[in-house]
Formats: sequence, structure tokens, C-alpha cells
Amino acid sequence: MQITIKIQRYAPDTDEAPYFQEYTVEIDPHARLLDALMDIKRFQDGSLGFRKSCAHGVCGSDAMRINGQDGLACKTLVKDVVENDGDTVVVEPLRYLPVQRDLIVDQSEFFAKYKAIKPYLINDEKVAEKERIQSPEERLVFDDSTNCILCASCYSACPVPEEHPSFIGPAAIAQAFRFLADSRDQGAEERLPVLDAENGVWPCQNHFKCTLACPRSIMITKRINQTKRMITDWKGEK
Amino acid sequence: MIHQFDTIIVGSGGAGLYAALEASRKSKTAVLSKLYPVRSHTGAAQGGISAALGNVEEDKPEWHAFDTVKGGDYLVDQQAAQILAEEAVQAVYDLENRGLPFNRTPEGRIDQRRFGGHTRNFGEGPVRRACYAADRTGHMILQTLYQQCIKNEVSFFDEFQVVDLILDGTVCKGLVVVELATGELHIFAAKAVLFATGGFGRIFKITSNAYANTGDGPAVCARRGIPLEDMEFYQFHPTGIMGLGILISEAVRGEGGILRNRDGERFMERYSPTLLDLAPRDIVARSIQTEVFEGKGIRGDRKIDDYVHLDATHLGADVLAAKLPDISGFCETYLGLNPAEKAIPVLPTAHYAMGGIPTDTDGRVLLDRGGTVVDGLYAAGECACVSVHGANRLGTNSLLDLVVFGRRAGLHIAGYVKQATMPAVDESAAAEAREFIGRLTDGSKGPHGGYITDEMQTTMMEKIGIYRNEKDMAAAVEEIKELRQRYGAVRVQDTTKQFNTDLLELIELGNLLDLSLITAESALKRQESRGAHSREDYPERDDDNWLQHTLAYLEDGEVRLDFKEVDTSIWEPKPRSY
Repeated sequence: MQITIKIQRYAPDTDEAPYFQEYTVEIDPHARLLDALMDIKRFQDGSLGFRKSCAHGVCGSDAMRINGQDGLACKTLVKDVVENDGDTVVVEPLRYLPVQRDLIVDQSEFFAKYKAIKPYLINDEKVAEKERIQSPEERLVFDDSTNCILCASCYSACPVPEEHPSFIGPAAIAQAFRFLADSRDQGAEERLPVLDAENGVWPCQNHFKCTLACPRSIMITKRINQTKRMITDWKGEK
Repeated sequence: MIHQFDTIIVGSGGAGLYAALEASRKSKTAVLSKLYPVRSHTGAAQGGISAALGNVEEDKPEWHAFDTVKGGDYLVDQQAAQILAEEAVQAVYDLENRGLPFNRTPEGRIDQRRFGGHTRNFGEGPVRRACYAADRTGHMILQTLYQQCIKNEVSFFDEFQVVDLILDGTVCKGLVVVELATGELHIFAAKAVLFATGGFGRIFKITSNAYANTGDGPAVCARRGIPLEDMEFYQFHPTGIMGLGILISEAVRGEGGILRNRDGERFMERYSPTLLDLAPRDIVARSIQTEVFEGKGIRGDRKIDDYVHLDATHLGADVLAAKLPDISGFCETYLGLNPAEKAIPVLPTAHYAMGGIPTDTDGRVLLDRGGTVVDGLYAAGECACVSVHGANRLGTNSLLDLVVFGRRAGLHIAGYVKQATMPAVDESAAAEAREFIGRLTDGSKGPHGGYITDEMQTTMMEKIGIYRNEKDMAAAVEEIKELRQRYGAVRVQDTTKQFNTDLLELIELGNLLDLSLITAESALKRQESRGAHSREDYPERDDDNWLQHTLAYLEDGEVRLDFKEVDTSIWEPKPRSY
């Protein structure tokens, strides 16, 4: 089918402001939106800027806003964003992060917030056996949170940073949960104060936008609420 | 701008990050990566990492080493394979201790499952050796290693693309790199440089590899006179999603999935009576292709893009959800199909380079058949050739290769940089890189790279694929040479500096063209069939003449081949059957 892709363009050094450019692409409706973008880049306009790598939803490079919904271009099929021949799909960069070029955003702040929650196993005890023992049930508790590919779709989908830009964001909290809920981890004392801060978990108002956006099907809102309960319990114990 | 570090690591997948963890403890280390580190293609590896833990049944490193050698059709260097299998056990425990969430047995130990070519007692039958985290084992390894790098405050230069290697005779002095965000050239002077740039599956049309897998390390090395080893051996994974090439893990067959042709027949019974669907990948890929050519593909039209079925319906929804959730999701997303209800349409997809930059077992790069070391230059992971994979890699051995040899290279670097002196490098070291990029961006009109990329990938897929012959390969060499000529005139359409991904893709295309030429020439020269290299005109393995590694030198646009002895010090080569 033939579709129009309306893409937000911006080169900060040379453009005064972002603008939209339209491209027409002949594409199989079952193809990925990324395939359509690659078609433009390879055969129409080499100057279009976007990131991509794995092309099947596991590396997180091509997160963008597609018809106002945040997600991965390689996990979005053309038929899911347009209905008929001649329809238009609008593609914009993720929100809240500075645009470096067209659909490419500077993810420094997103990663800085991720690093703030100490996203690594904290446990200084010597391992008694070859591996630490963990039951399948204990592992299941945090299973879905290990799926995160740090694509920042949830971060852009969340309405909270509009009013509260320093909010740590859904991805960082879900990653904190991944360790807090791991039976092998002993880092609660180090992580919970970060999450209990003004910019930590509390600005979250359960909009569920993160959960809906997550291309890895992580129940992010639920993990945030579990983390809130952990903080409440931890404060009760103190 | 000139930077100075003791150690520079290029690439932030499993091998690069593991090496960085070791090297950064003892030396001033920086990791350069064209991607954000967590985007690296290690994260796409699915099925598992093998180690003879013996958690669910008896197993021994010796059996693992033997399987690796036989799986590689005896082109494997055997002492290296033994190191791989022996160090595997501690490597897996180290990953677990650092937080990797492996699937567990009911007793809480690391669970293990079957994988192709991994057997008990030297081939008696399949063994459960692959440790796994659902079907996202590579993702978990990448995440765990990146997490450890954060903990240990490793320095990263994200989105820096390597352009050139600075060599002075047999001493490495550093790198020339372009910063994507600004378009500026940087020189990194370093006592030690490690290439861990991954694979180059993008030379082929249908591949499981990421767009980023363009072989930047091997190509840069080849242009600086370093040979590439065993480049004719390229693995086609038997089960890619029809048309797209997206990987469907061998773990599907490890858990009991069955390949079927249009008659519903389990055709692997005819090709591999003992291991059936869990035969090594080269054998299964050839079997699928043979079925298709004989008209037994699902369409039955004998065309190269016909396919077979991977049947996992009998595994049940629970097993699929617990052990193979991601591939179930891929089927849902890209095929609109639930693998618990319908068979998956699959065909072989270009997957893994057994060949690469020649190294010893400490990751040191070797310049020739005599083993001359390039001081301060290292390689590890898919871009390197140790050689532990020989003519065909076993599933799960790639993740293992990353952690074992990434770690060994990092440890050796930590010792080496203590006694090495910081090389003196000035701006003139970037002259050739500057001229190259200047030419691509000089604003004149030239052909765009898109069509050249397309033609290269089609040529390689059709003529240097699973089955090969003299006529096709000779034609491929000529076609690639012509494309390299055309590449000489390409220009960017994007003339801005910031995030010029047009320039990035042209740099990558130059690398892919060089590697295509070397792969095609190496394949044309090897007149036998061994592992993944199957020739219709030379269908037998020929140990008398070809039990040797190839070393391909790129010289003035031509490829010169030399040969290197294979280490067969443990097991005598035997006919390979399963």
C-alpha cells in the first residue's frame, strides 16, 4: 500500500525550529514502520535522522512517538497505524528529552535517573555455594521487570514530567523494583531513600500510560505501586 | 582532539564489557561504542550459555570441549576449545553471582536445557548443558555486565564510530574515531586497544543480525594489513522467521520442537538419526535447504525462499510462556500467530561469523601464520577468531566465547599496560581518516549508498549462501569488486555535522563491502566442504589438503590467502556424523 509518513525534522545547529516533512512510501502493510523509515533513508532522503539496530524489538534504539503513542518503530507494523491507502502516520521524537537530530533524542538524563537507583545487585556476602540458591517462585516475583530494554518509551508516555520534570520516571522505578524484589539483593537501604524522595516514586499518579506503552509488556504501574508499599513498610519498620 | 587512555575497548557487547570490567580495575580504560551500550547485539541472543555444571544430569567439560571440536568439523583449535569448556563453569557462576537471573531448578540451582550438538559421553545423545534465562539469555548477560560497569564506574564514549587503527609496524598506538553527535574526529592514543565489535551479518540480505552488525573492527584491521581468519565459514541459523530473518531460538528445538516439511514429516530423522532436530546448525540448515530444493517446502515450489515448519504446538502454552516467551511474542507481532496453536514458518537466516581477527587465547591479535603478535592490539567475541568455533559454531557457545575470552583479554591487557609505554601520537595519525570522510562529505554529487547496499546483500545471499559452487562464487567476487568501484564515488546527501547517520551508514557500507570481498574470495579458494562451507562441486571434507585455517590479507583491493595449522593435539579428526 501507499502511505504518507509525516516526520518531525530538526537539526538544532541549522534549523530555527522543528518542522514536519512528508514522505510517500510504497510498503507492505505487514512490514514494520522501521522498514518504511529505512526505505526513506536508503532511497529518498539520506539526511533523515533516527536510531535503529536490532529491528525486532529487543535493543530499544528506535523508540519514538507514532501517532502520539510511544513505542518501537520495529515493533509497530504499518497495518497497525494506518487503515487505508493514502493514510498518514505521524512520527515524532520521544518527549522530555532534548532533540539532537530529527527523531534522535539525547538520553543522558534518562540514563542518569536510571543510574541513580543503583541498578546492580548489591550483596557483599561471600557466596557459600557455586551459585546463590533462588527458588523458581522467588525468581518469578521480579521476572517481568528484567525484560526492560531501557528504550524510554514509558518515560515519554508518562504525563507526570509535564508538570514535574525532575520525576525519576517509570523505567528507573521498575528497574529499582527488579533488584529490591530479588531475593539475592541486599540494597534496600541504599535504594529506598532515593525512591522515597520528592522526585522518586511519589509523583506517580497511576495514569498507567507507562504500562500501555511498554514494548516489553512489563506491568510497570504495578511494579511502581509495589515499590511504594516497600517504602511504606520499610519506614514502618524503622 | 587527542585523548589518552591505557586501554581502549571498541564495542560494548558481552566481550567488550567483560574485558572492560577486568581492564578497568588496573588501568585507565574507556569503552567506545557506536550504540548506547545496552543496544548491543549480545542482547538479542536467546537460548542459553553452555557450561558443564551438571545441575540436572551428569556432564563434563571434556565432553563439552569435544562437542565443540566435532561441531566445528575439526577446524577448531583444540587447546582453545578446552579452555572454553573448562572456564565456562566458573564464568556462569560469576554471572550468577553478579546478579544474572537464570531460570532455576526446583532446588533453586541454575536450570539447564538441551541445545544442538551438545552431547553426553562423546555423542551418545543430547545433554542438558545450556544455562538460560527464559529465551533472553543474551539480554540478561548484557544487562548484568552493563550494571556491573555502572557499579565499577567504567568510562563510556557512547555513539563514537571507529574509522581507523593507528599501527606502527607491529605496535598498536591507538584509534581514529568519529563522534556521531558532532561529526568531529577524535584520536585515542592507547597502550592497548581491544576490538569487540561483533558480527557482520549485514553483508547478507536475510539475517538475524542488527543493522549495527557491520564488522567495523575486522574491516579496519584488514585495511591496516592484519589478516582475517577462516572468513569462508559463515553460519546460517536454521530457523529464522520466513522473510524477515528474525531469529527463532534453537531452544525451541531444545525444549522439544520439531521441524516438519509439507507432508508433516519429521525430516531430520533422515539426516541425523541420533540427534534429530538437535543436530548442529550447519547440518540442520542444509537439511532444510535440501527439503526446499526437492519440493518438500511448505509451498513446494523449490524456490530459495520457500520454507518449512517449526512445530512447537505440542509443548503447550505453559512451557512456551515460561521458557520461550520472547519468541512467542515475535510470532505474535510479526506473523500474527500463536506458536502454541500453529507451526512457525521458518527458513535459514545469516547468523554468525566463525571467522574474524586472528587471536591467541589471551585475545592478542596475530599478524601471520607464524603467530607474530601485534603488541597492544586485542580482539574478542564474534569479531575475533581464536578459533573455538572452527567451521561451524555450536549454539550457546557464542555467549560463552564472549565472557570467557572477553575476560581473558581484559586480564591480559591489565598486565600488559603496566609495562607498556604510552605511545606518542599526533594529529597526522588522523590524516587518512580525515581525507576519507572529507571525500564522502565534500558536497559533490555521487551515487547514494542505498542501492549498493541492496545489491551487495543480494549477491552475497544468492551466491555465498548455504550451498556454494565455483561459478556463483567467482561471479560474486566480480560483482563485489564492481560495487567497491562504485563505492569509490558515493557521497552523503546529508552535509550537516550533528548526528549524520548518512555518513555513519556510508562508513559501515565500506566495511561491509571489504568483508564481503574477503568472505567471497576465501570461500572461492577453499575447495572442500567442511562445516558451514558446503560446496556442490567439492562435496567432501578433504583433510589431506584443507585441514588448515585460511588467513586472508586485503592488499590493494585484492585478497591474498595464506594458511595456518590447526591445533589437533587432543582428538584426531574423524568423519563427522550425528
